[in-house]
Amino acid sequence: MLNQLTISELTARLAQREVSAREVMQSCLDQIARVDGKIHAFISHNPDDALAQAEAADKLLAQGGCDASRPLLGVPVAVKDVIAVKNQPLNCGSKILGQFISPYDATVIEKLKAAGAIVFGRLNMDEFAMGSSTENSAFGITRNPWDTTRIPGGSSGGSAAAVAADETITALGSDTGGSIRQPAALCGCVGLKPTYGRVSRYGLVAFASSLDQIGTFAKNIRDAATMLNVISGHDPRDSTSVRQPVPNYAAALDGSSPDGPTIKGLKLGMPKEYLIGGLDAEVKAAMDAAVKQFEKLGAEIVEISLPHTDYAVATYYIIATAEASANLARFDGIRYGARVDGADPIELYSRTRGAGFGAEVKRRIILGTYVLSSGYYDAYYLRAQKVRTLIRNDFLKAFEKVDAIVTPTSPTAAFKIGEKSDDPLQMYLSDIFTISCNLAGICGVSLPCGFTKTPKLPIGLQLLGKPFGEETLLNIAHAYEQATLWHKEKPGIINAAKLP
Amino acid sequence: MASVEIDVKYVAHLARLALTPDEEKKLADQLGNILGYIEKLNELDVAGVEPTAHAVPMVNVTRPDEIRPSLPHADALRNAPAKANGLFIVPKIVE
Repeated sequence: MLNQLTISELTARLAQREVSAREVMQSCLDQIARVDGKIHAFISHNPDDALAQAEAADKLLAQGGCDASRPLLGVPVAVKDVIAVKNQPLNCGSKILGQFISPYDATVIEKLKAAGAIVFGRLNMDEFAMGSSTENSAFGITRNPWDTTRIPGGSSGGSAAAVAADETITALGSDTGGSIRQPAALCGCVGLKPTYGRVSRYGLVAFASSLDQIGTFAKNIRDAATMLNVISGHDPRDSTSVRQPVPNYAAALDGSSPDGPTIKGLKLGMPKEYLIGGLDAEVKAAMDAAVKQFEKLGAEIVEISLPHTDYAVATYYIIATAEASANLARFDGIRYGARVDGADPIELYSRTRGAGFGAEVKRRIILGTYVLSSGYYDAYYLRAQKVRTLIRNDFLKAFEKVDAIVTPTSPTAAFKIGEKSDDPLQMYLSDIFTISCNLAGICGVSLPCGFTKTPKLPIGLQLLGKPFGEETLLNIAHAYEQATLWHKEKPGIINAAKLP
Repeated sequence: MASVEIDVKYVAHLARLALTPDEEKKLADQLGNILGYIEKLNELDVAGVEPTAHAVPMVNVTRPDEIRPSLPHADALRNAPAKANGLFIVPKIVE
């Protein structure tokens, strides 16, 4: 089954001309036809366009076009519905964008296309990336491939489910408070959130500009490293992207020693504040086993303290909603998207937005507008920005002592559809382990580290690294992955379902 | 965890967001709870702490002031809900 291959397996076979890009793309399309009726990872996809791109890749392959400048030649990459792909729909999981078609490519899409990738499909998500379960999409919910009565996580639930169910080789997502790492954990794949400023956000629809980052979903750490190599780098069109050299993340995984990479002597910190009451016993057991594995690999485990952890969720929901209330002001029915007419502009804006936004987006716009409003700004927004400094300092202090921090990605495995949708605060609290990373602007990755017993659901391990420390972060994750087999496990649905 | 009173109608006006009476009531309850939770930030002493707006602060990022190609007119208008003569149509603003 070609759709089950990793990027490195696939590019090796394409280079040898053992398989064609068209066959690979067709294999992914067949898988979508088989399973996506049950999972609904994709909002839409255009098979003809995907196959045409694959045929163009095959032409280049025939001409020997497979070289270091095109590391993804013929590799299908699916895209979260929040990133602009020229001439494809862009809805952000919302009704308010109507029949919007992107007039240009995001920088990451330009880079993927230049690297030879087949960019296809619009992956489902919580509306405007606001949610932790992909239940907030105007296009219907996405289901977890391991148990279709459960959520896939969110907001990039479509991206995680599509990779876990082998509907694509790899995918892009975005992470504002855990929206890549948490669904990756709950669906059993790798999810990488790069450092703030590492990857250009030009063409990413903004949710919370000081927190948003584009990242990747993959079947293993090496693939995530390959994708990061392609999408990283300074972009003059994103003033927050940073002029930092891009190391060869994928090559670095092989290390300099003949035995491959080693993490011997590296120090991994375990934050004592992460042993909270709501931490599931099976998640904790998987976490403890992972820590033992790291010790076996030669790493030293150090207890650390991140004293302001308990304040991260509150800080996040002030800053993220405040920024969202400003960013989403642009959806007013004037220049693009759906419009509901009114007697004057204000009535037009209000009606358009009232009809176009879903419940969670309205909740966050109201909260964000409130914390920024006259008389409340200092008490909420400014105070949150100060606490953000304390949270960031916690991490910078910890990184003086350790090379990376190891935690569970999510306090529980995937929960049931509908379980938390009526209680926004409980939903927000499920992000407790992933949110601080965005507030601090550091990098993080989630990778499979075990399963619950009944039902069998994936458990994710989170590693957090220093700002622009992706190379070390991925090396540590890779060493763990090489020593375990969790990432090889597949959900039953991928084999059980037959072509309709 | 005390609940906080919030005038949803007023805030919705600031946000240019039409809400039904049901939505207003539900939001007042839910946001009251969330704001009650957020009150916990008041436990911390933040005197003398500088606020963080961006984790990787960069100031005065500029580019050379040169004319460059931009989105073609037709592309910019392609997604408009109402347009004519190369312009967006909006409700009458001036009598």
